[in-house]
Amino acid sequence: MAASTDTTAAPSSTLRNASGNILAFFILLLIGVLAFSIRLFSVIKYESVIHEFDPYFNYRVTQFLTKNGVYDFWNWFDDRTWYPLGRVIGGTVYPGLTLTAATMWKALHFLNIPLSVETVCVFTAPVFSAFAAWATYLLTKEVKGVGAGLTAAVLLAMVPSYISRSVAGSYDNEAVAIFALIFTFYLYIKTLNTGSLFYATLNSISYFYMVCSWGGYTFIINLIPMHVLLCIVTSRYSPRLYIAYAPLVVLGTLMAALVPVVGFNAVMTSEHFASFLVFIIIHVVALAYYIKGILSPKMFKVAATLVISVGLVVCCAVVAVLIAVVASSPTKGWSGRSLSLLDPTYASKYIPIIASVSEHQPPTWPSYFMDINVLAFLVPAGIIACFSPLSDASSFVILYIVMSVYFSGVMVRLMLVFAPAACIMSGVALSEAFDAFTRSIKFYAFQTGDTVSASTVSMENNVKEIEKKEESLKKRPSKKNKKKEKENVEKPLKKSQTEKRPLILPVEASVFALFLTVLLAAFYVVHSVWAAAEAYSAPSIVLTSHSRDGLHVFDDFREAYAWLSHNTHVDDKVASWWDYGYQTTAMANRTVIVDNNTWNNTHIATVGTAMSSPEKAAWEIFNSLDVKYVLVVFGGVVGYSSDDINKFLWMVRIGGGVFPHIKEPDYLRDGQYRIDSQATPTMLNSLMYKLSYYRFVETDGGKGYDRVRGTEIGKKYFKLTHFEEVFTTHHWMVRIYKLKPQKNRIRGKTKKSRSKTSSKGPTKTRTITKKNPWH
Amino acid sequence: MLLFAICLRRRLTLQCSKPQQNYSVTPKPPTLEPEVETMANFSIATVFIASFSLLLSLTHSFSIENPTDRRILVLLDDLALKSSHSIFFNSLQARGFELDFKLSDDPKIALQRYGQHLYDGLILFAPATERFGGSLDLAAILDFVDSGKDLIVAADENASDLIRSIAAECGVDFDEDPSAVVIDHGSYAVSETEGDHTLIAADDFIRSDVLLGSAKIEAPVLFKGIGHSLNPSNSLVLKVLSASPSAYSANPKSKLSTPPSLSGSSISLVSVVQARNNARVLFSGSLDLFSNKFFKSPVQKAGSSNKYAKSGNQQFVTELSKWVFHERGHLKAVNVKHHRVGETDEPSIYRINDDLEYLVEIYEWSGSNWEPYVADDVQVQFYMMSPYVLKTMSTDKKGLYHASFKVPDVYGVFQFKVEYQRLGYTSLSLAKQIPVRPFRHNEYERFIPTAFPYYGASFSTMAGFFIFSFVYLHSKVYLQ
Repeated sequence: MAASTDTTAAPSSTLRNASGNILAFFILLLIGVLAFSIRLFSVIKYESVIHEFDPYFNYRVTQFLTKNGVYDFWNWFDDRTWYPLGRVIGGTVYPGLTLTAATMWKALHFLNIPLSVETVCVFTAPVFSAFAAWATYLLTKEVKGVGAGLTAAVLLAMVPSYISRSVAGSYDNEAVAIFALIFTFYLYIKTLNTGSLFYATLNSISYFYMVCSWGGYTFIINLIPMHVLLCIVTSRYSPRLYIAYAPLVVLGTLMAALVPVVGFNAVMTSEHFASFLVFIIIHVVALAYYIKGILSPKMFKVAATLVISVGLVVCCAVVAVLIAVVASSPTKGWSGRSLSLLDPTYASKYIPIIASVSEHQPPTWPSYFMDINVLAFLVPAGIIACFSPLSDASSFVILYIVMSVYFSGVMVRLMLVFAPAACIMSGVALSEAFDAFTRSIKFYAFQTGDTVSASTVSMENNVKEIEKKEESLKKRPSKKNKKKEKENVEKPLKKSQTEKRPLILPVEASVFALFLTVLLAAFYVVHSVWAAAEAYSAPSIVLTSHSRDGLHVFDDFREAYAWLSHNTHVDDKVASWWDYGYQTTAMANRTVIVDNNTWNNTHIATVGTAMSSPEKAAWEIFNSLDVKYVLVVFGGVVGYSSDDINKFLWMVRIGGGVFPHIKEPDYLRDGQYRIDSQATPTMLNSLMYKLSYYRFVETDGGKGYDRVRGTEIGKKYFKLTHFEEVFTTHHWMVRIYKLKPQKNRIRGKTKKSRSKTSSKGPTKTRTITKKNPWH
Repeated sequence: MLLFAICLRRRLTLQCSKPQQNYSVTPKPPTLEPEVETMANFSIATVFIASFSLLLSLTHSFSIENPTDRRILVLLDDLALKSSHSIFFNSLQARGFELDFKLSDDPKIALQRYGQHLYDGLILFAPATERFGGSLDLAAILDFVDSGKDLIVAADENASDLIRSIAAECGVDFDEDPSAVVIDHGSYAVSETEGDHTLIAADDFIRSDVLLGSAKIEAPVLFKGIGHSLNPSNSLVLKVLSASPSAYSANPKSKLSTPPSLSGSSISLVSVVQARNNARVLFSGSLDLFSNKFFKSPVQKAGSSNKYAKSGNQQFVTELSKWVFHERGHLKAVNVKHHRVGETDEPSIYRINDDLEYLVEIYEWSGSNWEPYVADDVQVQFYMMSPYVLKTMSTDKKGLYHASFKVPDVYGVFQFKVEYQRLGYTSLSLAKQIPVRPFRHNEYERFIPTAFPYYGASFSTMAGFFIFSFVYLHSKVYLQ
């Protein structure tokens, strides 16, 4: 259907052209609706809530922003997280998402549409995925025309990888950042095609928005220089390239430095280094081309050898200095996250805190199939299509997909960057395929219907058509730009076009292939809708499970947070593993020690150490941090597998990374992590084990069978000496403990038969403390 | 619904105030005038007052405003003790205490009724009692102490397991041998008949004016009973009267076959405990220590020519009971304030490098009224995981302590901390949380003098570029 709009553009038929445009417009509108509505499964199946962990922080920040304004947000010192260090939110957060949502909220209120901040936040991601689909259309249109653009937009609207991060409620940076990423690429290509300074400026602004939104902006600022370098190396340098690139570096870097979280990083860190290097190179090349224009070929040769010999010396010196400077810094100027991109084993070797995050793991093969489905097979075809003919724009798309395939292989989160590239490529491939098949069918249809028209005529027609298409590709920008004639002359495309013979297939084969292609696309749609409905819509704070006796809803997290907010003092500190930090501050409004913004490894290691220590040592650590309550997530009763016991080894590793007395082998029996009777004493005495399994045997009548680990637990009956259980949720998924206060008296050491004196109930707690008197 | 809630609340408050109405018969000691107001401020303003808030919550029985308005339950083995120890009891009554004498097996003994404590102090002069009457047992007594009430326990050579358990729970370990008493052949009290040297003249007092009063106890204290030991690592218990190095704990009637388990000056004769909630407990190994007979008897320590007409017991016991019943050494901190220098309002957040002042008033209960506490060693900490500022506060001798300092160049959630723990005094531990923020975006210097070359460079570049463009675009060469 997408291809039809293009191929129907018959010669000398402006009417048909216009109707094609209108059709394309409505298709785009429908694509937007599709992109928006496919992401509403979570709201329909669950409710309109913010999902997961980070979105809660963003939601809290947005609330603050709408309440206090931009300046207070910028200067916000949050004393409710990372106690007692606090966090300067304004300077450590990418503000793009929150500013966007707050602006939307303000605009809605200006129009007297009184939506709550939460509603706006929930629906930000679906709205922006519609934008992202349109941006994909624009980008692909620049590369391969309207047909490919529409196909790519449809594919992107429902690519499962992107859906996973942008369902309604998934209020995270990626929701707006993917749109910004694609739109920046579109503007870059647009500038490259037109050579317009206007688009170049827009490109810088779009890049600025991307920098505001997501740390993934480094992908842009490395990919575009790479493409520029590619163009230069393949001698495709043109003034348009210069206009597309130089303003982006200058304006983009200046504006990026305005974002507080980036600041001087925009010029200081190695991630941005490539852009400056290429900036220098493009100037040298521009100068060379300019001098080449002035001098005679002979003179130029002399000058070139002179410049190159001098230039090499200078370059060597500069490179040597740079290497020395970079090498003198401990991490070689790269931040840990970026290093793990280049060397996938880096993080797991040196930085457990990065390696421990699940979204930083390398993806498995099934996850490719899950996330991009049939696109995986269409991408190679798209790459081939992009090579015929190879233009600046298509070379960029090829570079984009090659780089993003690599990065997605390193870190599963970057599948998100890969997905748009895959959509574009598949859109191109599908569009070309439809083009070829329908052309063949039409060819035969014309042949049978009109006996006069020989095959050559329609062949010529087709050639013309294609030529026109190619021409229009380059003419479109020309409307605004006067320079285009010159540039078009430079293009060496003409020759290849005339030589090109359109491919005509037998009609049966075409029909059959068309049918197969449609079937393939249908599979994709079915899979995407399934993924959106079943796989990626769970908000993860509310869990459901289907069993024979119907649907079970586990709302334990909100139960626990509500308990905290109603039953504890507003200034009480709650310690938990950092996963639950954002939720605790946002939903329970209590101060936390560590949260999902894992900026301070030592602090997280302190909590990890406390969790892996025996009770008394843990009590002392927590008491020194003024902690009142400890929250653990435990899934052994209902079989919720991502609980703290399953994350415990990371606590040990991260804690041991800073405090060497915590050693991972102490928690492993023969290299195996187990919690049954074979578990090591260190493991069985650790605070995490005790807080998780305290009174656990009472749930199943003395067996103590852990449904996640599938074993009976090792130590079933024990008492807590320094902590007391204050709340356990309905399904035991969240357990909250309170630190016992220091004892009022210190007992003497006299040991006596206590049978006479301690006979009654109230002495129960005293008998506990008797075993472990502490001072 | 709301009305019901209000009613409920009112009923609660009524219950609370009832005992106080009963007590209003007894003369109230004068209180410091502005205190009622300031206390209110104080309790609202300070959230993190660890041990102090415990005391505040007990205002219906032992209030800081009138600490002596109190009733004491005295449990006796034998009503004869009432007359044989009458000097001690009379001295308490003279100081305004209301004593309620009961036999230890009286079935009507109860320390609390409907959750309210009936007494503010308990004197256990019933060493031989194995079981108390009524609802009183070990747990009830410990609960009594844990709710901030004071306790005096006297044992003797036939101390029961119950008394020993109470002591052990508080960190005082009486000699486990039930027949052992303290024997001292070195510093026994000289008497007409050469006895078994179990009547000891002890003069090894703790050196503390708070515990024993400022007047020096001249005469030795007569002691006859069992000794106990303390765990040196226990910071809550203090040895007030210790035995001489020649003392040991054994059965005087049998021969020593094994070395005595307790010997020398590690034997404690009288000890006090100040619990973390500032409840005070006195343990004595001798009931006779409090008796009229010992109060009046002349004393001469063996090997010493000094003969005193009267033993030191009365002074020792009276002064120590003053301490136990909070007539001395009870501190309170009120009016914790902090503000920027030159301002009076308390900010909710400080900025790094702010200059601030911290003020606190500390008073001591002198037995009749709150008097300014004067010391030069009260320190305030500005604390975030470790003290960033530790400053000794200056006092105006009227109870007001004051320190001013600069907030360190570190942001975070800080605490003003006063941790004042001195021998014999109730522990003061005040903590108040205050966040410290970094500079706002517009609080930095706009122009840094050292950066003027850079400003010059950038502006001259801009100007140069502008001129260059102008010249280049409009030069004749180009126009041609």
